[in-house]
Amino acid sequence: MKSRARARQFSLFAIVGVLLVLGLGQSIHRHYVYDVPWIPGTEKPIWSIEASVQFFARGEPVTVNLRRPKDQSGFAILDENGASPGYGLSFVNVGGQPTAQWTVRQADGQQVLYYRAEVLQRDAGEFDDEPPPEIRSPSWEEPYASVVEAVLDQAVSLSADPFSLTRQLISQFRASDRGQNEQLLMDVVGDQNLTDLLANMLQSRGIPAATVYGLLLEDGRRRQRLRPLLRVWSDEQNEVFPLGIEAGEEDLPLLLWQPTQGYVLDVTGGTGSELRFSMIRSELTNYGQLAGTLGEANDWLGFSIHSLPIEEQALFKTILLLPIGALVVCLLRIFVGLRTSGTFMPVLIALAFIETSLTTGLVGFLLVVAVGLMIRSYMSHLNLLLVARISAVIITVITIIALFSVFSFRVGLTEGLKITFFPMIILSWTVERMSILWEEEGWREVAIQGFGSLATAVVAYLAMTSLLVRHLTFNFIGLQFVVLALIMMLGSYTGYRLLELVRFKSLAEQNS
Amino acid sequence: MMFVSPRRLRELGIVGMNQRNISLIGDLNPRHLYPLVDNKLKTKLLAAEKGLATPALIGALRTQHDVQGLEPFLEPHDGFAIKPAKGSGGKGILVIAARREEFFVKANGQELTIDEIRRHASNILSGLFSLGGAPDVAVIEELIKPHAAYKNLSVEGVPDIRVIVYRGFPIMSMMRLSTRESDGKANLHQGAIGVGLTISGGRPVNATQFNRRVVEHPDSGADLMSIQIADWPDLLEIAARSADATGLGYLGSDIVVDRRYGPLLLELNARPGLAIQLANNCGLAPRVRAIDDLSPACFRQGPKMRVDRAMSMFD
Repeated sequence: MKSRARARQFSLFAIVGVLLVLGLGQSIHRHYVYDVPWIPGTEKPIWSIEASVQFFARGEPVTVNLRRPKDQSGFAILDENGASPGYGLSFVNVGGQPTAQWTVRQADGQQVLYYRAEVLQRDAGEFDDEPPPEIRSPSWEEPYASVVEAVLDQAVSLSADPFSLTRQLISQFRASDRGQNEQLLMDVVGDQNLTDLLANMLQSRGIPAATVYGLLLEDGRRRQRLRPLLRVWSDEQNEVFPLGIEAGEEDLPLLLWQPTQGYVLDVTGGTGSELRFSMIRSELTNYGQLAGTLGEANDWLGFSIHSLPIEEQALFKTILLLPIGALVVCLLRIFVGLRTSGTFMPVLIALAFIETSLTTGLVGFLLVVAVGLMIRSYMSHLNLLLVARISAVIITVITIIALFSVFSFRVGLTEGLKITFFPMIILSWTVERMSILWEEEGWREVAIQGFGSLATAVVAYLAMTSLLVRHLTFNFIGLQFVVLALIMMLGSYTGYRLLELVRFKSLAEQNS
Repeated sequence: MMFVSPRRLRELGIVGMNQRNISLIGDLNPRHLYPLVDNKLKTKLLAAEKGLATPALIGALRTQHDVQGLEPFLEPHDGFAIKPAKGSGGKGILVIAARREEFFVKANGQELTIDEIRRHASNILSGLFSLGGAPDVAVIEELIKPHAAYKNLSVEGVPDIRVIVYRGFPIMSMMRLSTRESDGKANLHQGAIGVGLTISGGRPVNATQFNRRVVEHPDSGADLMSIQIADWPDLLEIAARSADATGLGYLGSDIVVDRRYGPLLLELNARPGLAIQLANNCGLAPRVRAIDDLSPACFRQGPKMRVDRAMSMFD
């Protein structure tokens, strides 16, 4: 018995040793040969941004014009390129604006074009002062014209200059108890066109204003859109008002993609065009050199995620964090003895937290599970078969999420919309399992496992959002082996769990 | 101080969850043997084959068609229990203690019609009580009549005795008493009382509820420290033989004492919990070590010899 255990332990240590050597070796190699720093540098990061243009071609000549970002305060463009099989691509200036222009004699069906830029984030820097756009004189039909006048009159009377006028207008439209006039205009143009409306209103008073577009930079995001912003000029100065930016996003770096009036994407010869952005952040010692080196390296030690397209790289940034979540689950279950509902459910919840932010995520999770449990407890009277019951719970959870989203949007809490990021099948299983647990073992066990799951999810979230962890997992693939080795070591731990030191306490007291 | 030091626990010989999972269950219980104990019907048939006494099997319902023919089947029996074969933790067990006219009377006095019994059986077959909702078989057993000495010890349900058998030797045991708080269930984490019993003579040493020491039953006030178990060596022998029958090296054997038949094997558990250490106020590790130190010849001895040895080794 003992010798078998020893032999097994030996082979385990051997495997763990090999994994550690492999993992650390690859990481050290990468550090010294490719100069990848161990800790995310204090120097400014480089953003790799990929814009994908999708449209449906009708078999005619196609011309696609996509605005390119230019050097600006806070950012410098290091490198640009495009991928577009069969298209001619040139970087030109159209109407004084840098533009990527794709052309082809004939194209048919779904088309995807890529534009990539490496952008250095910097403290400040020179940038072209954007000249103000020409003043147009927009007009409105009655009764809107007089409504616009009334709103403007009120705002003008409460402000001193174009900038304070703009702020006053925004606060009038954004107030939860906005006036009748503002509400009327909002109903006509819709929430997403508010920037255009405000720009036109300012223009009608002779103030140069335009809807411009910016991109919020957040590591590892995919399928992002540009945000409309309101830019207002006055004399030599100008100011950008972040209208399309939600609470919790204000601190993210904002790259102006289209800094003045005009289109962002113009497709001739195609329909249903769509523009999406993916981005990842990297910390590099030599500007822009490294991504290229890593991407082109062909030796197996240089095996790198960096050779993939940016959208896939962004996806891997998340995938490579999953082992960290698994490690956290192992630690908390084996060392601490927390009980969770479903072994890796907390990791999935933590992933959802990354999308929603922690507080919103916690509140949303508790709301959905609590309401789900109530409905499910009624359902248990109906005595349904398991598969049908879980399917019913899934639909219930989706309904709850839809109701919460609509409700929170109505009362002006856009945060509430993020609840849709939760994995619904997982939530349904959680509700189902918790409900059975309640019936069989009582609320005590539900509370224990519910707390254990949430605590694990929060710890996993903190680990997975740590800048250092993200930097290491993405840049040093070898560390995955190290995590694997750690998990295997944990799997052979026979010592006590932290909670057992409490559980068996009475025993120690009686015997002392 | 909220925590005990791990060193203190090691001195006391407490086995923790991780150690149980790796050294006891992982090493000694091969996975392919689990179905023998996780399915009560299989356990019962195995026990019958090996000559181990269990509550008499009235029948097993395998299809909904069997459920329809239930009535004539139950005719000759006044009291019986219907259990899901793959249920765990006492889920889905329906105990009929008597009959009154056309009604079936539960242990708590509630009257059921034959239709309600059929419905329960049908629920069992559709997997309502089994793990993951897998289709199941309903097992009908003769009613156990607990020994007179156990009156007042359990609010609902019959007190059973859990014996931990390590490599064929009984090494620790406890009696499990359901309480009102545990809702008639015999699971310690749900609030049942565990009364540690000496291996040497089945005498109570300590009793706990929710990991806290108790001396009398909270519902009936019965004195827990004066419990006496009849036929103790026979009971341990059943436990030891159940280990031989299944081949499991770390086994929880649940036994009841019937006033007519003596000790009967109720069910087996391949992952017995660790609360038994609290009920006994004693760690499992020294006993495990003592068995490991025995000469190889001892493990080849018959169950009776092994029980005698264990009774002389452990208090």
